[in-house]
Amino acid sequence: MKEIIDNLSKKYDHRPTYLLQILRAIQVEFHFVPQGAIEQLAGLLHIPRTQIIAVVEFYSFLHLTPRGRYDILVSDSITDHMLGKNALMQYFSDRLTVNVGDVRHDALVSLDNTSCTGLCDQGPAALVNGYALTRLDKAKIDVIKGLVDQQKSLTEWPAELFHVDDNIHKPGLLLNLQTGLGTALKSVFDRGIPETLAEIDKSGLRGRGGAGFKTATKWKFCSEEIETERYVVCNADEGEPGTFKDRVLLNSYAHLVFEGMTLCAAIIGASQGFLYLRGEYLFLYDKLQKILLERRQAGLLGNNILGKNFSFDIEIHLGAGAYICGEESALIESLEGKPGIPRNRPPYPVTQGYLGKPTVVNNVETFLAAAAIALNGGDWFAKVGTEKSKGTKILSISGDCAKPGIYEYPFGTSIQDILTDCVATDVLGVQVGGPSGTFISNNEFGRKLAFEDLATGGSFIVFNNTRNILDIVKNFTHFFAHESCGFCTPCRVGTSLLQKQLDKITDGHGSAGDVVELEELCQIIKKQSHCGLGQTAANPVLTTLERYPELYQSQLKKISYEPGFDLDAALGTARRMANRNDKAAHLAQIGEDHE
Amino acid sequence: MSKTLTIDGKAIPFEEGQTIMEAATAAGVYIPHLCHHPEYTPHGSCKLCNVNVNGRVCSACTFPAAEGQNVINNSKELNDDRQKITQMLFVEGNHLCPGCEKSGNCQLQAVAYHLNMLDNHFPHFYAKRVVDASHPEVLIDHNRCIFCTLCVRASQQTDGKDVFAISGRGINKRLIANAPSGLLKDTDLAATDAAAHICPTGAILIKRTGYQVPIGERIYDHHDIDEVSLKVEKV
Repeated sequence: MKEIIDNLSKKYDHRPTYLLQILRAIQVEFHFVPQGAIEQLAGLLHIPRTQIIAVVEFYSFLHLTPRGRYDILVSDSITDHMLGKNALMQYFSDRLTVNVGDVRHDALVSLDNTSCTGLCDQGPAALVNGYALTRLDKAKIDVIKGLVDQQKSLTEWPAELFHVDDNIHKPGLLLNLQTGLGTALKSVFDRGIPETLAEIDKSGLRGRGGAGFKTATKWKFCSEEIETERYVVCNADEGEPGTFKDRVLLNSYAHLVFEGMTLCAAIIGASQGFLYLRGEYLFLYDKLQKILLERRQAGLLGNNILGKNFSFDIEIHLGAGAYICGEESALIESLEGKPGIPRNRPPYPVTQGYLGKPTVVNNVETFLAAAAIALNGGDWFAKVGTEKSKGTKILSISGDCAKPGIYEYPFGTSIQDILTDCVATDVLGVQVGGPSGTFISNNEFGRKLAFEDLATGGSFIVFNNTRNILDIVKNFTHFFAHESCGFCTPCRVGTSLLQKQLDKITDGHGSAGDVVELEELCQIIKKQSHCGLGQTAANPVLTTLERYPELYQSQLKKISYEPGFDLDAALGTARRMANRNDKAAHLAQIGEDHE
Repeated sequence: MSKTLTIDGKAIPFEEGQTIMEAATAAGVYIPHLCHHPEYTPHGSCKLCNVNVNGRVCSACTFPAAEGQNVINNSKELNDDRQKITQMLFVEGNHLCPGCEKSGNCQLQAVAYHLNMLDNHFPHFYAKRVVDASHPEVLIDHNRCIFCTLCVRASQQTDGKDVFAISGRGINKRLIANAPSGLLKDTDLAATDAAAHICPTGAILIKRTGYQVPIGERIYDHHDIDEVSLKVEKV
């Protein structure tokens, strides 16, 4: 082990900023991060062991205790549930003879849940040792069981298991673009750098991650900083359940995304860029490295790019299972090798970002759009969309529709038009923008896709009338409690309390006042939390409570007080100890006596 | 000429570079807080000091003071939320004031008094937490830790050590000690370290000093935390 850790540390020049990357490699090698490795790394990187433990305990894909040699994580997104995830999980568990959350006694296999893997258009999905498995069914699970039993290496597993489709059903302005290698970048130098920034400004492009900050303004602020060491970061930590468009953009449009990052570097004066790729997209890693190599060979990355005395290169950092790292300051912390805890702002990343230096963080789609605008000019983009939302938005559509996949629409398109295109019928509602966004009912399909109406990072989940709204809300609420980084009190404690309170109501233990209590809890989490995660974690409850108050009320028992838990079940231990099971050893739930 | 901002309608002078908390404290205005301590880099995590700045919620301990800011601090709405946040801290850990040595000197308890908190309101988590009594002179009762990181910061910034860190994610956060065994006795913590004395609750206690001051004669038994805090923290 000592040699492996030594070599890993040396590979990364003993730099603590690579801690997460090193720990990922250790996890792959040993199926956990052994204490000996922590001690050795602390010495090699000159950091306290506690910092290493904190990183391991923060990220879902790193472990202090051994996982199986085949670690299988089944995607727990609502879309996976709609495709029969629970039954498949049970089948996995039965076939592999391992309980969910456990490692099998022979240490060969472990099974657990994981947050949305970004494969909602081809689920149910799972990860095996980090690599995506798509369209799971019982037959495939049987195959997987056989491969595990024979201890076949993943390279010997049939490629079909890992097949990921793009599913682009409606290309538009950006997805139809055909460009030669480096043409967008050449147009930047032909037109001039300030002139290109002016075009991006004219295009009206706003950040595609969801927050919608004007891209040209962000780049201008960064370029005006006194500090000249600056960074470009592409946020490919696409963790919002139901979003997968960045997966497709990086699979099929990576050159243009990297070109967007490069021209951003030229504009802001950066010489280093990072692509922060969510761990779930490990299957894209080698392909992206190859594309970076092609770009270096073509003189589009590296020193003296296009002979313009401009140097810039891009590194790929992998995440390790933490939704919060999609928040830009948490992402920067993660890039620095730390737990992804959002920073206090100000200072903002444009003034003090990566290593305290001015940093532009933008979404994958934003860089793609910027490259397209550099090529075609600001007017080409601005003439599409609405007054406040220029251009197009790429959507990831999943759920109850015949054609889940990728759709590009001009801003201003109505929800009804989108539902027609993806062939959704008998629709109950749509979750626009993922769990952190808004649930809209079938009375609102005239609403428009736009920053000024329904803003979205790209997630668009369709639910038909067979679905239970409270099941959906429960899945989302549990997701946020699981992904809260735990930094601030309202989100750390509040999201877990919200989960308990919602479960109390949906499990039938709610009584008068419990919905009011639920809403009050939502408001405090929304108002007082540190970052966007907490500020939006109550949205699933709030947006459905607003639309379907009677649904929540109907769950409540009609008494003034109802115990918040199952009284009889709580007596189970006492019954076992007293070796009794007669009628007098059981207790009725008060509510049932008085209804 | 010094600059001014307004807190609850009162003009407060400040110097460039000060946070809202620093400006308020210097002017004798108390903003409730637990993770903030004037000697250490502000952390902004407990969220008790959240104030409304020109209509936006900001943590006073980290947010820079600026000319003309209109800050709302002592409003019913904010204090109601602060009470709820304090209740969250109480139910998250296992805080049993009557049996705690820190009772009367505890800032968590004192803030709860200040905010007129009369019950825990929320369901308890009954978290399974341990006590680390391994160190000959210092005890950690993890049941009472509120993750304010003051011990982490005091160890780094005053003691020049790195005894503590916060690990884990979400509701599974935990305080860890920097030793291969994870036990306090194997760290380089000394009972004289600032980190051993900074805890606002009863999570870190010095052994064999308990009850030297009887309950009933302790700081917050007789003084509200706003008064004590301003006296101690006003520079």
